[in-house]
Amino acid sequence: MEEIAGLSYEAAYEQLEALVAKLESGDLSLEDSVALYERGQRLSAHCQALLEQAELKTKMVDDDGESGPA
Amino acid sequence: MQSFSVSEITEYIHDLFDADDVLADVWVRGEISNLTVARSGHWYFTIKDATAQLRCVMFRGAARSVRIAVSAGDEIMAQGRVSVYEARGEYQLYVNQIELAGGVGDLHRQFEALKAKLDAEGLFDPARKRPIPAFPRRIGIVTSPSAAAWQDMQNVLRRRFPLVQLILSPTLVQGVDAPPQIVAALNKLNRRDDIDVVIIARGGGSLEDLWCFNDERVARAAAASRIPVISGIGHEIDFTIVDFVADLRAPTPSAAAELATPNKDDLLLDLDRLRLGLTARFEGDLAERARDLSRLRNGLGFLSPLRMTRQAQGRVGDLRGRLERATRAQLSRLGERLAHTSNAMERANPQQILSRGYALLRDESGALIRRAAQVSKNQRLNVQLAEDEIRVRVED
Repeated sequence: MEEIAGLSYEAAYEQLEALVAKLESGDLSLEDSVALYERGQRLSAHCQALLEQAELKTKMVDDDGESGPA
Repeated sequence: MQSFSVSEITEYIHDLFDADDVLADVWVRGEISNLTVARSGHWYFTIKDATAQLRCVMFRGAARSVRIAVSAGDEIMAQGRVSVYEARGEYQLYVNQIELAGGVGDLHRQFEALKAKLDAEGLFDPARKRPIPAFPRRIGIVTSPSAAAWQDMQNVLRRRFPLVQLILSPTLVQGVDAPPQIVAALNKLNRRDDIDVVIIARGGGSLEDLWCFNDERVARAAAASRIPVISGIGHEIDFTIVDFVADLRAPTPSAAAELATPNKDDLLLDLDRLRLGLTARFEGDLAERARDLSRLRNGLGFLSPLRMTRQAQGRVGDLRGRLERATRAQLSRLGERLAHTSNAMERANPQQILSRGYALLRDESGALIRRAAQVSKNQRLNVQLAEDEIRVRVED
Protein backbone atom coordinates (compact mmCIF):
# COMPACT_ATOMS: atom_id res chain seq x y z
CA MET A 1 0.00 0.00 0.00
CA GLU A 2 1.17 3.49 -0.85
CA GLU A 3 2.26 6.06 1.65
CA ILE A 4 -0.77 7.91 2.93
CA ALA A 5 0.82 11.33 3.14
CA GLY A 6 1.06 11.59 -0.65
CA LEU A 7 -2.53 10.55 -1.36
CA SER A 8 -5.05 12.97 -2.82
CA TYR A 9 -8.26 13.46 -0.91
CA GLU A 10 -10.36 11.37 -3.26
CA ALA A 11 -7.79 8.57 -3.40
CA ALA A 12 -7.55 8.46 0.40
CA TYR A 13 -11.31 8.64 0.76
CA GLU A 14 -11.81 5.86 -1.77
CA GLN A 15 -9.34 3.67 0.09
CA LEU A 16 -11.05 4.43 3.37
CA GLU A 17 -14.43 3.42 1.99
CA ALA A 18 -13.02 0.22 0.49
CA LEU A 19 -11.27 -0.58 3.72
CA VAL A 20 -14.41 -0.23 5.84
CA ALA A 21 -16.23 -2.45 3.35
CA LYS A 22 -13.45 -5.00 3.63
CA LEU A 23 -13.63 -4.96 7.42
CA GLU A 24 -17.38 -5.42 7.13
CA SER A 25 -16.98 -8.47 4.94
CA GLY A 26 -15.03 -10.24 7.71
CA ASP A 27 -12.83 -13.23 6.97
CA LEU A 28 -9.65 -11.44 7.92
CA SER A 29 -6.79 -12.51 10.10
CA LEU A 30 -6.49 -10.56 13.33
CA GLU A 31 -3.26 -9.11 12.07
CA ASP A 32 -4.89 -7.89 8.84
CA SER A 33 -7.86 -6.58 10.77
CA VAL A 34 -5.64 -4.54 13.08
CA ALA A 35 -3.60 -3.31 10.12
CA LEU A 36 -6.75 -2.24 8.25
CA TYR A 37 -8.07 -0.46 11.30
CA GLU A 38 -4.84 1.43 11.84
CA ARG A 39 -4.60 2.35 8.18
CA GLY A 40 -8.24 3.44 8.20
CA GLN A 41 -7.60 5.73 11.13
CA ARG A 42 -4.62 7.25 9.39
CA LEU A 43 -6.51 7.64 6.11
CA SER A 44 -9.39 9.45 7.79
CA ALA A 45 -6.99 11.70 9.69
CA HIS A 46 -5.23 12.45 6.41
CA CYS A 47 -8.53 13.32 4.70
CA GLN A 48 -9.56 15.53 7.56
CA ALA A 49 -6.23 17.32 7.60
CA LEU A 50 -6.41 17.85 3.82
CA LEU A 51 -9.86 19.40 4.14
CA GLU A 52 -9.04 21.56 7.10
CA GLN A 53 -5.66 22.74 6.01
CA ALA A 54 -6.24 23.21 2.29
CA GLU A 55 -5.95 26.68 0.84
CA LEU A 56 -7.58 27.52 -2.43
CA LYS A 57 -5.01 27.79 -5.23
CA THR A 58 -5.61 29.71 -8.40
CA LYS A 59 -3.56 30.32 -11.50
CA MET A 60 -3.92 31.55 -15.03
CA VAL A 61 -4.43 29.07 -17.79
CA ASP A 62 -1.22 30.01 -19.55
CA ASP A 63 0.96 29.88 -16.45
CA ASP A 64 3.39 27.03 -16.54
CA GLY A 65 5.05 27.86 -13.24
CA GLU A 66 3.93 27.38 -9.67
CA SER A 67 0.40 28.27 -8.80
CA GLY A 68 -0.21 31.49 -7.03
CA PRO A 69 -2.87 34.14 -6.73
CA ALA A 70 -4.41 34.91 -10.09
CA MET B 1 -55.21 37.90 -74.96
CA GLN B 2 -57.21 38.83 -71.86
CA SER B 3 -57.24 42.52 -70.96
CA PHE B 4 -57.87 44.22 -67.58
CA SER B 5 -58.68 47.64 -66.37
CA VAL B 6 -56.07 49.18 -64.05
CA SER B 7 -58.37 48.56 -61.08
CA GLU B 8 -58.89 44.95 -62.09
CA ILE B 9 -55.20 44.12 -62.45
CA THR B 10 -54.36 46.07 -59.28
CA GLU B 11 -57.03 44.16 -57.37
CA TYR B 12 -55.63 40.94 -58.77
CA ILE B 13 -52.14 41.86 -57.57
CA HIS B 14 -53.59 42.89 -54.22
CA ASP B 15 -55.18 39.45 -53.87
CA LEU B 16 -51.88 37.78 -54.71
CA PHE B 17 -50.12 39.72 -51.93
CA ASP B 18 -52.82 39.01 -49.40
CA ALA B 19 -52.83 35.30 -50.15
CA ASP B 20 -49.13 35.01 -49.30
CA ASP B 21 -48.24 33.72 -45.83
CA VAL B 22 -44.83 35.40 -45.63
CA LEU B 23 -46.14 38.80 -46.59
CA ALA B 24 -49.02 38.48 -44.13
CA ASP B 25 -46.70 38.76 -41.10
CA VAL B 26 -43.06 39.65 -41.49
CA TRP B 27 -40.16 41.40 -39.77
CA VAL B 28 -38.11 43.63 -42.05
CA ARG B 29 -34.81 45.12 -41.08
CA GLY B 30 -33.43 48.32 -42.57
CA GLU B 31 -32.37 51.87 -42.11
CA ILE B 32 -35.17 54.31 -41.59
CA SER B 33 -35.44 57.40 -43.78
CA ASN B 34 -37.96 60.02 -44.85
CA LEU B 35 -39.88 59.70 -41.63
CA THR B 36 -42.98 61.88 -41.70
CA VAL B 37 -45.51 62.12 -38.89
CA ALA B 38 -48.78 63.29 -40.43
CA ARG B 39 -51.26 65.47 -38.55
CA SER B 40 -53.56 62.45 -38.56
CA GLY B 41 -51.00 60.71 -36.34
CA HIS B 42 -50.00 58.18 -38.99
CA TRP B 43 -46.28 57.65 -39.70
CA TYR B 44 -44.94 57.44 -43.20
CA PHE B 45 -41.35 56.35 -43.79
CA THR B 46 -39.06 54.26 -45.91
CA ILE B 47 -36.67 51.57 -44.80
CA LYS B 48 -33.80 50.72 -46.99
CA ASP B 49 -30.54 48.90 -47.29
CA ALA B 50 -27.74 49.20 -49.82
CA THR B 51 -29.76 48.05 -52.79
CA ALA B 52 -33.48 48.34 -52.08
CA GLN B 53 -36.09 50.27 -50.24
CA LEU B 54 -39.55 49.63 -48.89
CA ARG B 55 -42.31 52.14 -48.27
CA CYS B 56 -43.91 51.86 -44.88
CA VAL B 57 -47.02 53.20 -43.20
CA MET B 58 -47.77 52.98 -39.52
CA PHE B 59 -51.27 53.99 -38.55
CA ARG B 60 -51.97 56.17 -35.58
CA GLY B 61 -53.00 53.33 -33.23
CA ALA B 62 -49.80 51.40 -33.80
CA ALA B 63 -47.62 54.53 -33.85
CA ARG B 64 -48.93 55.61 -30.46
CA SER B 65 -47.55 52.43 -28.85
CA VAL B 66 -44.00 53.01 -30.09
CA ARG B 67 -41.83 53.48 -26.98
CA ILE B 68 -38.49 54.14 -28.64
CA ALA B 69 -37.16 57.27 -30.18
CA VAL B 70 -36.52 56.77 -33.88
CA SER B 71 -34.88 59.15 -36.25
CA ALA B 72 -33.58 58.99 -39.78
CA GLY B 73 -30.58 56.76 -40.17
CA ASP B 74 -31.54 54.35 -37.35
CA GLU B 75 -31.36 50.68 -38.10
CA ILE B 76 -34.78 49.35 -37.23
CA MET B 77 -36.86 46.20 -37.31
CA ALA B 78 -40.41 46.69 -38.51
CA GLN B 79 -43.13 44.08 -38.19
CA GLY B 80 -46.33 44.07 -40.22
CA ARG B 81 -47.88 42.90 -43.47
CA VAL B 82 -46.89 43.80 -46.98
CA SER B 83 -49.86 44.74 -49.12
CA VAL B 84 -50.91 46.88 -52.02
CA TYR B 85 -52.07 50.49 -51.81
CA GLU B 86 -54.30 50.48 -54.85
CA ALA B 87 -54.81 54.22 -55.17
CA ARG B 88 -51.09 54.76 -55.77
CA GLY B 89 -50.32 51.42 -57.35
CA GLU B 90 -47.68 50.77 -54.73
CA TYR B 91 -47.00 47.97 -52.36
CA GLN B 92 -45.97 48.89 -48.84
CA LEU B 93 -45.38 47.56 -45.37
CA TYR B 94 -48.27 48.20 -43.02
CA VAL B 95 -46.27 48.38 -39.80
CA ASN B 96 -47.65 47.14 -36.46
CA GLN B 97 -44.50 47.63 -34.39
CA ILE B 98 -40.96 48.84 -34.76
CA GLU B 99 -37.85 48.25 -32.73
CA LEU B 100 -34.28 49.39 -32.96
CA ALA B 101 -32.22 46.63 -34.53
CA GLY B 102 -30.12 45.10 -31.75
CA GLY B 103 -32.71 46.26 -29.24
CA VAL B 104 -34.36 44.07 -26.67
CA GLY B 105 -37.12 42.79 -28.89
CA ASP B 106 -34.72 42.04 -31.68
CA LEU B 107 -32.44 40.21 -29.27
CA HIS B 108 -35.35 38.13 -28.01
CA ARG B 109 -36.16 37.13 -31.55
CA GLN B 110 -32.57 36.22 -32.31
CA PHE B 111 -32.46 34.30 -29.06
CA GLU B 112 -35.56 32.31 -29.91
CA ALA B 113 -34.35 31.66 -33.44
CA LEU B 114 -30.93 30.37 -32.32
CA LYS B 115 -32.51 28.37 -29.52
CA ALA B 116 -34.89 26.69 -31.97
CA LYS B 117 -32.06 26.02 -34.41
CA LEU B 118 -29.68 24.46 -31.89
CA ASP B 119 -32.52 22.56 -30.24
CA ALA B 120 -33.39 21.09 -33.63
CA GLU B 121 -29.77 20.01 -33.99
CA GLY B 122 -30.07 18.15 -30.68
CA LEU B 123 -27.56 20.31 -28.82
CA PHE B 124 -29.87 20.57 -25.80
CA ASP B 125 -30.56 16.85 -25.70
CA PRO B 126 -30.45 15.66 -22.05
CA ALA B 127 -28.61 12.57 -23.30
CA ARG B 128 -25.68 14.84 -24.24
CA LYS B 129 -25.33 16.11 -20.68
CA ARG B 130 -22.29 14.68 -18.98
CA PRO B 131 -22.06 14.06 -15.25
CA ILE B 132 -20.09 16.55 -13.19
CA PRO B 133 -17.25 14.81 -11.30
CA ALA B 134 -17.85 14.53 -7.56
CA PHE B 135 -14.31 15.51 -6.53
CA PRO B 136 -12.89 17.90 -9.10
CA ARG B 137 -9.18 18.46 -8.68
CA ARG B 138 -8.96 21.36 -11.10
CA ILE B 139 -11.75 23.62 -12.26
CA GLY B 140 -11.27 25.74 -15.34
CA ILE B 141 -12.95 29.12 -15.01
CA VAL B 142 -13.92 31.09 -18.10
CA THR B 143 -14.65 34.61 -16.94
CA SER B 144 -13.20 38.06 -16.58
CA PRO B 145 -10.56 38.41 -13.85
CA SER B 146 -11.95 41.82 -13.00
CA ALA B 147 -15.52 40.62 -12.61
CA ALA B 148 -17.20 40.23 -9.24
CA ALA B 149 -18.18 36.74 -10.37
CA TRP B 150 -14.52 35.64 -10.20
CA GLN B 151 -14.21 36.89 -6.61
CA ASP B 152 -17.56 35.37 -5.65
CA MET B 153 -16.55 31.96 -6.93
CA GLN B 154 -13.21 32.07 -5.14
CA ASN B 155 -14.98 32.98 -1.89
CA VAL B 156 -17.43 30.12 -2.25
CA LEU B 157 -14.71 27.60 -3.03
CA ARG B 158 -12.38 28.80 -0.30
CA ARG B 159 -15.11 28.07 2.22
CA ARG B 160 -16.60 25.02 0.53
CA PHE B 161 -13.86 22.98 -1.10
CA PRO B 162 -10.42 24.60 -0.83
CA LEU B 163 -8.80 21.38 -2.06
CA VAL B 164 -9.61 22.37 -5.59
CA GLN B 165 -7.31 24.33 -7.85
CA LEU B 166 -8.75 27.01 -10.10
CA ILE B 167 -7.37 27.60 -13.57
CA LEU B 168 -8.56 30.97 -14.78
CA SER B 169 -8.93 31.36 -18.52
CA PRO B 170 -9.53 35.09 -18.77
CA THR B 171 -11.86 36.67 -21.31
CA LEU B 172 -14.10 39.62 -21.87
CA VAL B 173 -17.65 38.74 -20.89
CA GLN B 174 -19.44 41.64 -22.50
CA GLY B 175 -19.52 43.33 -25.87
CA VAL B 176 -19.00 42.38 -29.47
CA ASP B 177 -15.41 41.24 -28.88
CA ALA B 178 -16.43 38.87 -26.12
CA PRO B 179 -17.71 35.88 -28.14
CA PRO B 180 -14.43 35.04 -29.93
CA GLN B 181 -12.54 35.56 -26.65
CA ILE B 182 -14.87 33.26 -24.75
CA VAL B 183 -14.46 30.62 -27.45
CA ALA B 184 -10.66 30.97 -27.28
CA ALA B 185 -10.66 30.82 -23.45
CA LEU B 186 -12.74 27.66 -23.52
CA ASN B 187 -10.52 26.07 -26.13
CA LYS B 188 -7.39 26.85 -24.12
CA LEU B 189 -8.78 24.89 -21.20
CA ASN B 190 -9.80 22.06 -23.51
CA ARG B 191 -6.23 21.73 -24.73
CA ARG B 192 -5.17 20.79 -21.21
CA ASP B 193 -5.78 17.32 -19.87
CA ASP B 194 -5.82 18.16 -16.17
CA ILE B 195 -9.13 20.03 -15.94
CA ASP B 196 -12.09 18.12 -14.51
CA VAL B 197 -14.83 20.63 -15.14
CA VAL B 198 -15.21 24.10 -16.66
CA ILE B 199 -17.35 26.93 -15.32
CA ILE B 200 -18.39 29.65 -17.73
CA ALA B 201 -19.41 32.53 -15.54
CA ARG B 202 -20.55 36.10 -15.59
CA GLY B 203 -22.41 38.16 -13.02
CA GLY B 204 -25.81 39.71 -13.56
CA GLY B 205 -26.53 42.35 -16.16
CA SER B 206 -28.95 43.46 -18.81
CA LEU B 207 -29.94 41.27 -21.71
CA GLU B 208 -27.46 43.20 -23.84
CA ASP B 209 -24.72 42.69 -21.23
CA LEU B 210 -25.27 38.94 -21.28
CA TRP B 211 -25.70 38.82 -25.02
CA CYS B 212 -22.34 37.24 -25.79
CA PHE B 213 -23.59 34.05 -24.13
CA ASN B 214 -26.36 33.88 -26.71
CA ASP B 215 -23.80 33.96 -29.49
CA GLU B 216 -23.89 30.95 -31.76
CA ARG B 217 -20.08 30.60 -31.76
CA VAL B 218 -20.00 30.54 -27.96
CA ALA B 219 -22.89 28.09 -27.78
CA ARG B 220 -21.22 25.74 -30.24
CA ALA B 221 -17.88 25.95 -28.45
CA ALA B 222 -19.58 25.07 -25.15
CA ALA B 223 -21.35 22.16 -26.83
CA ALA B 224 -18.08 20.95 -28.32
CA SER B 225 -16.14 21.21 -25.07
CA ARG B 226 -14.38 17.96 -24.22
CA ILE B 227 -14.56 18.91 -20.55
CA PRO B 228 -17.99 19.04 -18.89
CA VAL B 229 -19.29 22.61 -18.71
CA ILE B 230 -21.26 24.32 -15.96
CA SER B 231 -22.81 27.66 -16.84
CA GLY B 232 -23.27 30.31 -14.19
CA ILE B 233 -24.43 33.38 -16.03
CA GLY B 234 -26.39 36.33 -14.69
CA HIS B 235 -29.11 35.88 -12.10
CA GLU B 236 -31.67 33.16 -11.45
CA ILE B 237 -34.09 34.49 -14.03
CA ASP B 238 -31.58 34.88 -16.83
CA PHE B 239 -31.35 32.09 -19.35
CA THR B 240 -28.80 32.15 -22.12
CA ILE B 241 -28.21 29.76 -25.01
CA VAL B 242 -25.02 28.63 -23.26
CA ASP B 243 -27.20 27.58 -20.30
CA PHE B 244 -29.14 25.26 -22.57
CA VAL B 245 -25.99 23.79 -24.08
CA ALA B 246 -24.06 23.41 -20.83
CA ASP B 247 -23.91 20.04 -19.10
CA LEU B 248 -25.25 21.74 -16.00
CA ARG B 249 -26.87 25.16 -15.66
CA ALA B 250 -26.36 27.10 -12.45
CA PRO B 251 -28.41 30.21 -11.73
CA THR B 252 -25.38 32.32 -10.70
CA PRO B 253 -21.56 32.11 -10.69
CA SER B 254 -21.57 31.32 -6.95
CA ALA B 255 -24.12 28.57 -7.50
CA ALA B 256 -21.96 27.18 -10.29
CA ALA B 257 -19.03 26.98 -7.88
CA GLU B 258 -21.27 25.14 -5.42
CA LEU B 259 -22.61 22.71 -8.00
CA ALA B 260 -19.07 21.95 -9.14
CA THR B 261 -17.81 20.89 -5.72
CA PRO B 262 -18.69 18.85 -2.65
CA ASN B 263 -19.16 20.75 0.61
CA LYS B 264 -16.28 20.51 3.08
CA ASP B 265 -18.69 20.28 6.03
CA ASP B 266 -20.54 17.39 4.40
CA LEU B 267 -17.24 15.68 3.71
CA LEU B 268 -16.15 16.08 7.32
CA LEU B 269 -19.46 14.59 8.49
CA ASP B 270 -19.00 11.79 6.03
CA LEU B 271 -15.50 11.19 7.33
CA ASP B 272 -16.87 10.99 10.88
CA ARG B 273 -19.43 8.46 9.72
CA LEU B 274 -16.77 6.36 8.04
CA ARG B 275 -14.49 6.57 11.05
CA LEU B 276 -17.31 5.47 13.37
CA GLY B 277 -18.07 2.63 10.98
CA LEU B 278 -14.44 1.67 10.94
CA THR B 279 -14.18 1.61 14.74
CA ALA B 280 -17.48 -0.23 15.14
CA ARG B 281 -16.43 -2.80 12.57
CA PHE B 282 -13.05 -3.29 14.16
CA GLU B 283 -14.42 -3.58 17.69
CA GLY B 284 -17.10 -5.95 16.46
CA ASP B 285 -14.42 -8.00 14.83
CA LEU B 286 -12.40 -8.11 18.06
CA ALA B 287 -15.48 -9.03 20.12
CA GLU B 288 -16.25 -11.83 17.71
CA ARG B 289 -12.73 -13.13 17.97
CA ALA B 290 -12.95 -12.97 21.78
CA ARG B 291 -16.18 -14.99 21.66
CA ASP B 292 -14.59 -17.54 19.34
CA LEU B 293 -11.60 -17.79 21.62
CA SER B 294 -13.65 -18.32 24.75
CA ARG B 295 -15.73 -20.94 22.96
CA LEU B 296 -12.57 -22.74 21.94
CA ARG B 297 -11.11 -22.47 25.41
CA ASN B 298 -14.24 -24.11 26.82
CA GLY B 299 -13.93 -26.86 24.26
CA LEU B 300 -10.29 -27.34 25.13
CA GLY B 301 -11.10 -27.57 28.88
CA PHE B 302 -13.58 -30.31 28.11
CA LEU B 303 -10.90 -32.33 26.38
CA SER B 304 -8.05 -31.68 28.87
CA PRO B 305 -6.13 -34.72 30.38
CA LEU B 306 -6.75 -33.40 33.86
CA ARG B 307 -10.45 -33.48 33.29
CA MET B 308 -10.21 -36.94 31.74
CA THR B 309 -8.17 -38.23 34.70
CA ARG B 310 -10.68 -36.79 37.06
CA GLN B 311 -13.42 -38.35 35.08
CA ALA B 312 -11.61 -41.72 35.09
CA GLN B 313 -11.06 -41.35 38.81
CA GLY B 314 -14.70 -40.74 39.23
CA ARG B 315 -15.57 -43.82 37.28
CA VAL B 316 -13.12 -45.94 39.32
CA GLY B 317 -14.61 -44.55 42.49
CA ASP B 318 -18.05 -45.50 41.27
CA LEU B 319 -16.92 -48.98 40.45
CA ARG B 320 -15.23 -49.34 43.78
CA GLY B 321 -18.34 -48.29 45.56
CA ARG B 322 -20.45 -50.66 43.57
CA LEU B 323 -17.97 -53.42 44.23
CA GLU B 324 -18.03 -52.71 47.96
CA ARG B 325 -21.76 -52.57 48.07
CA ALA B 326 -22.11 -55.77 46.06
CA THR B 327 -19.57 -57.59 48.20
CA ARG B 328 -21.18 -56.46 51.36
CA ALA B 329 -24.57 -57.61 50.16
CA GLN B 330 -23.15 -60.93 49.09
CA LEU B 331 -21.47 -61.44 52.44
CA SER B 332 -24.58 -60.63 54.32
CA ARG B 333 -26.57 -63.00 52.18
CA LEU B 334 -24.01 -65.74 52.87
CA GLY B 335 -24.13 -64.95 56.57
CA GLU B 336 -27.85 -65.31 56.63
CA ARG B 337 -27.70 -68.56 54.78
CA LEU B 338 -25.02 -69.82 57.17
CA ALA B 339 -27.11 -68.96 60.17
CA HIS B 340 -30.06 -70.72 58.67
CA THR B 341 -27.99 -73.80 57.93
CA SER B 342 -26.48 -73.96 61.37
CA ASN B 343 -29.93 -73.78 62.90
CA ALA B 344 -30.97 -76.69 60.75
CA MET B 345 -27.83 -78.53 61.64
CA GLU B 346 -28.47 -77.83 65.27
CA ARG B 347 -31.89 -79.18 64.92
CA ALA B 348 -30.51 -82.35 63.25
CA ASN B 349 -27.88 -83.04 65.94
CA PRO B 350 -28.56 -86.59 67.45
CA GLN B 351 -27.41 -85.39 70.84
CA GLN B 352 -30.15 -82.80 70.63
CA ILE B 353 -32.64 -85.56 69.85
CA LEU B 354 -31.32 -87.79 72.64
CA SER B 355 -31.75 -84.95 75.10
CA ARG B 356 -35.45 -84.91 74.27
CA GLY B 357 -35.66 -88.54 75.54
CA TYR B 358 -34.79 -90.53 72.50
CA ALA B 359 -32.10 -93.24 72.58
CA LEU B 360 -29.73 -94.84 70.13
CA LEU B 361 -29.29 -98.63 70.08
CA ARG B 362 -25.92 -100.01 69.02
CA ASP B 363 -24.34 -103.45 69.00
CA GLU B 364 -21.09 -104.01 70.59
CA SER B 365 -19.25 -102.97 67.48
CA GLY B 366 -21.01 -99.65 67.69
CA ALA B 367 -23.28 -100.19 64.63
CA LEU B 368 -26.72 -98.65 64.90
CA ILE B 369 -29.59 -101.08 65.21
CA ARG B 370 -32.52 -100.01 63.09
CA ARG B 371 -34.49 -103.30 62.83
CA ALA B 372 -35.21 -106.22 65.12
CA ALA B 373 -33.76 -108.62 62.59
CA GLN B 374 -30.34 -107.21 63.23
CA VAL B 375 -30.17 -108.72 66.71
CA SER B 376 -30.31 -112.15 68.20
CA LYS B 377 -31.31 -113.52 71.61
CA ASN B 378 -28.93 -112.79 74.41
CA GLN B 379 -26.97 -110.33 72.29
CA ARG B 380 -25.53 -107.52 74.24
CA LEU B 381 -26.40 -104.02 73.11
CA ASN B 382 -25.64 -100.53 74.22
CA VAL B 383 -28.40 -97.96 74.68
CA GLN B 384 -27.02 -94.57 74.34
CA LEU B 385 -28.85 -91.81 76.15
CA ALA B 386 -28.16 -88.16 76.12
CA GLU B 387 -25.88 -88.25 79.17
CA ASP B 388 -24.73 -91.87 79.41
CA GLU B 389 -25.20 -95.49 78.36
CA ILE B 390 -27.09 -98.47 79.50
CA ARG B 391 -25.77 -101.97 78.79
CA VAL B 392 -28.66 -104.32 77.97
CA ARG B 393 -29.26 -107.94 76.79
CA VAL B 394 -31.79 -109.08 74.23
CA GLU B 395 -34.28 -111.47 75.88
CA ASP B 396 -36.48 -112.69 73.02
